[in-house]
Amino acid sequence: MSPRQRALAEAVLVPLATISFAFLISGLVVLIIGENPLVVARLMIAGSLGSSEGLGYTLFYTTDFIFAGLAVAVAFQAGLFNIGADGQAYVAGLGVTLMALAFPGLSAWLLVPLCLGAGAAAGALWAFVPAWLQARRGSHIVITTIMFNWLASDLMSFLLVNMLRPKGDMQPESAALPPGARMPQLTHLAGTIGLKLTPTPLNGAFILALLAAFGVWLWLFRTRSGYGLRVAGVNRQAATYAGISASAMIIVAMLVSGALAGGVAVNEVMGAQGRLLIDFTSGFGFVGIAVALMGRGHPLGVVLAGLLFGMLYQGGAELAFDVPAVTRDMILVIQGLVVYFSGALEGVFRGHIRALLAGRAPVETPA
Amino acid sequence: MNSAIVTSGLSAALDYTTPLLCACLAGLWSERAGIVDIALEGKLLVAAFASAAAASASGSAYVGLAAGLLASLALALAHGYAAIDRHGNQIVSGAALNMVASGLTALVGNAWYHHGGRTPPLSGAARFAGLHLPGSDALAHVPWIGPFYAQVISGHALPVYAALMLVPLTAWVLKSTRFGLRLRAVGENPAAVDSAGISVRGLRYAGVALCGLYCGLGGTFLSVAANAGFLRDMTAGTGFIALAALVFAKWRPWPALATCLVFGLLNALADRLQGLVIPSLGKVPVQAVQALPYLATVILLSGFIGAAVAPKASGIPYFKERA
Repeated sequence: MSPRQRALAEAVLVPLATISFAFLISGLVVLIIGENPLVVARLMIAGSLGSSEGLGYTLFYTTDFIFAGLAVAVAFQAGLFNIGADGQAYVAGLGVTLMALAFPGLSAWLLVPLCLGAGAAAGALWAFVPAWLQARRGSHIVITTIMFNWLASDLMSFLLVNMLRPKGDMQPESAALPPGARMPQLTHLAGTIGLKLTPTPLNGAFILALLAAFGVWLWLFRTRSGYGLRVAGVNRQAATYAGISASAMIIVAMLVSGALAGGVAVNEVMGAQGRLLIDFTSGFGFVGIAVALMGRGHPLGVVLAGLLFGMLYQGGAELAFDVPAVTRDMILVIQGLVVYFSGALEGVFRGHIRALLAGRAPVETPA
Repeated sequence: MNSAIVTSGLSAALDYTTPLLCACLAGLWSERAGIVDIALEGKLLVAAFASAAAASASGSAYVGLAAGLLASLALALAHGYAAIDRHGNQIVSGAALNMVASGLTALVGNAWYHHGGRTPPLSGAARFAGLHLPGSDALAHVPWIGPFYAQVISGHALPVYAALMLVPLTAWVLKSTRFGLRLRAVGENPAAVDSAGISVRGLRYAGVALCGLYCGLGGTFLSVAANAGFLRDMTAGTGFIALAALVFAKWRPWPALATCLVFGLLNALADRLQGLVIPSLGKVPVQAVQALPYLATVILLSGFIGAAVAPKASGIPYFKERA
């Protein structure tokens, strides 16, 4: 095998090995609860891919996870661990909603881009404070972004209960978004070309997510500033010697990261629910960590890992109907195991697979 | 202000301090040994679940405590394996274990009890009751000291006193024993410890295991003493606030106690501020009060309180040989 083929095989086999391990252990957990893991697996695959409806939902969740995964991956490339994608997406929902409710009369051609911008800006703003604190004051970005998740949750529930809730409404949620602020629905688009699909929340945000993945790849691997960001991520001193400001890169990476997390709000608020709901991010920002690690911080890997987690979430939702003992928390366990195996124990898997490819005894490779 | 309000507030503050203090000292052991642990939260959570489940099954709070310690220890060792033996990224491992803890407790809790992840309510011997400290009646009539001793210090559950005792114990072991000296050395310069013929791996595992046991106590307190059972994600960020308190305390036990007490007071104050009406501003929103500890953490960490220097080798895997 040529070195290039070997690298490619490694890039495919390492994530496969880690996900298999995660599934194996999750299967044991299912056994302990007293259910049959094989039945569970079959139900999940059927639920996520077995029908056009299941597939639509799978791709809908995939959209969230691509955005969240890209957000975490961009920060990773700059050597930062952004645990705050969830809070950033939540606040981005506020940006989207305020913009949409401020200009209800505008046509979709104007209002949708305005809302996209407002969502990205709000997400970036929520990421900016921890970024600034890390770059200038040296506070640990992991802890500050976690705190900003809690702060986002308190802020948003205050605003939803006291400010955004229409009079007489019991639910803590905003008024409905004007039609001009809604993302085009795929079911609707398919209808215009004569295709009849079961309605799913899959919408234009899916295309945006793929475009965002391509854009991030272009930026990180084909531009000067993307290169600078990656250098700063690998070696801060080397970056400084090369004339790249590491603290500027921290800020840039986090701003982009927060803006990308805003994509979750676009998909959920503008695409699916049509209004701002309490806790609409449902922890998807944390799924982004698993997606980014499994995708090894590369946009293509993020898209593929996002699809896998989309399947898991949709399959898990269907599963909860048939096997009530296995709730969606199962996916949270799988997610944690994926992060553990593909993040913390990555060197072990890589060492073994490299050895296997080269036909020698395994040597552990430091990450 | 009414003195009864003050004493009940201080007493509540001590209860709020306990899980935070356990987690903070737990983090101290781990980080002084060179292992960064952001999974304090996850350990508190599994301990809270395991102890509540065991206490409800056995009817004994002590069996609950044992289960809590074991569950937290198991999670700590999983972190230790990734961080020490496999030289993995410690932050990533910690984040992973937090997710596993949150998912597993909710999943198993739901499968076993069918109550949205809640464990059955604990009562009687299955729960740690408040202890009546000796002499609190005799002293009750001494001005100032009497009511303070009887109403603030006395009357807490066993884990509260255990956690408070851990402070001098931790300080003494860390500062004055051979083990403590070596553990600190392994967090600053593992190569020096290694060349003295002492096992870096063994010391780091000891630090991680102590971290697990301390979190086990804190988590058990949450579900078997402070509350009558486990609630989904009941730790609500305590483990992360403990990390911030650890930074503020500059990785030292007594300042850790002081910082955790401040957070405990803040929490007790927040409880009493809820529903308070400020003239011309109106009612204090619940959410503003809830956000206080998180906001305080961000401000504490923003470096306005003097630079905090972490143990030098903290977070860096140790490779015995260089190829």
